[in-house]
Amino acid sequence: MQDARKLNHGSQSINEDGVTYDIYQRCLVIRLSKELDHHNALRIREKADKLIDRNNIKHIIFDFSDAGFMDSAGIGVIMGRYRKVIFIGGKTAVAGVSSTVDRIFRLSGLYKIIDKYDTVEAALKTMQSS
Amino acid sequence: MMDKNEMTLEFESKSQNESFARTVVAAFATQLDPTIEELADIKTAVSEAVTNAIIHGYMNTIGKIRMHCIISGNELTVEIQDEGVGIENIEKAMEPLYTTRPELERSGMGFSFMEAFMDDLEVESELGKGTLVRMRKKVGKIDKVKEYTQEANQKVV
Repeated sequence: MQDARKLNHGSQSINEDGVTYDIYQRCLVIRLSKELDHHNALRIREKADKLIDRNNIKHIIFDFSDAGFMDSAGIGVIMGRYRKVIFIGGKTAVAGVSSTVDRIFRLSGLYKIIDKYDTVEAALKTMQSS
Repeated sequence: MMDKNEMTLEFESKSQNESFARTVVAAFATQLDPTIEELADIKTAVSEAVTNAIIHGYMNTIGKIRMHCIISGNELTVEIQDEGVGIENIEKAMEPLYTTRPELERSGMGFSFMEAFMDDLEVESELGKGTLVRMRKKVGKIDKVKEYTQEANQKVV
């Protein structure tokens, strides 16, 4: 996390309701540190969309390193953001996925359209060069 | 040994109660000595059913959701019941990716997750009366322990 910040000068970081939104050039990194259910999904979706529109965001990375729980509402949030950036050739990725979250992703078929990386840094590296 | 235990909880159909409901069931289920994975499965399934009651059953109006949990032996049964609008076509509602509320970014995976993460899923619904979701799951290592003890006993004999 520290490395990514050093790597990208002039990045913007916003923390809202326990979710951190970092912008590196045209990449938005959403670091989830709370439970991603329907209740929290509503606000994350609103905030992310505002940032995507205002900052001309192309790629989105969801960081699950500190996320405890996720249900199908999480799939909805990721799919919704994927649809938002795909039209401008953007990509959506997930990083730091635990085994329980991974099972939900596999079951939902999410990996057919979304790439998984071990770390946010690895995802940033690939996405910023594309 | 047939240990039985029951609990009932009633709460309002507010989205902040989704995490409350799944946490309560998880806490109740700990007496079965579940694995971390089993607990995650139960929490996800409960979260899906409660969210369905809030969004679809009560369509975001306030009503009561009743949650009834039964432990019988090493099996956990969770019933989640609302008195909302009911489901017109249960078969269709249970199809993966089918959702009546795409504008809410519902993925249509709710019932699929309940089916995948629990051993058994039953849905009873009547239009205008409400919906009851009943899920069952065998939890914990009790079965395995019994097997091992039996094996050990046989060896000793």
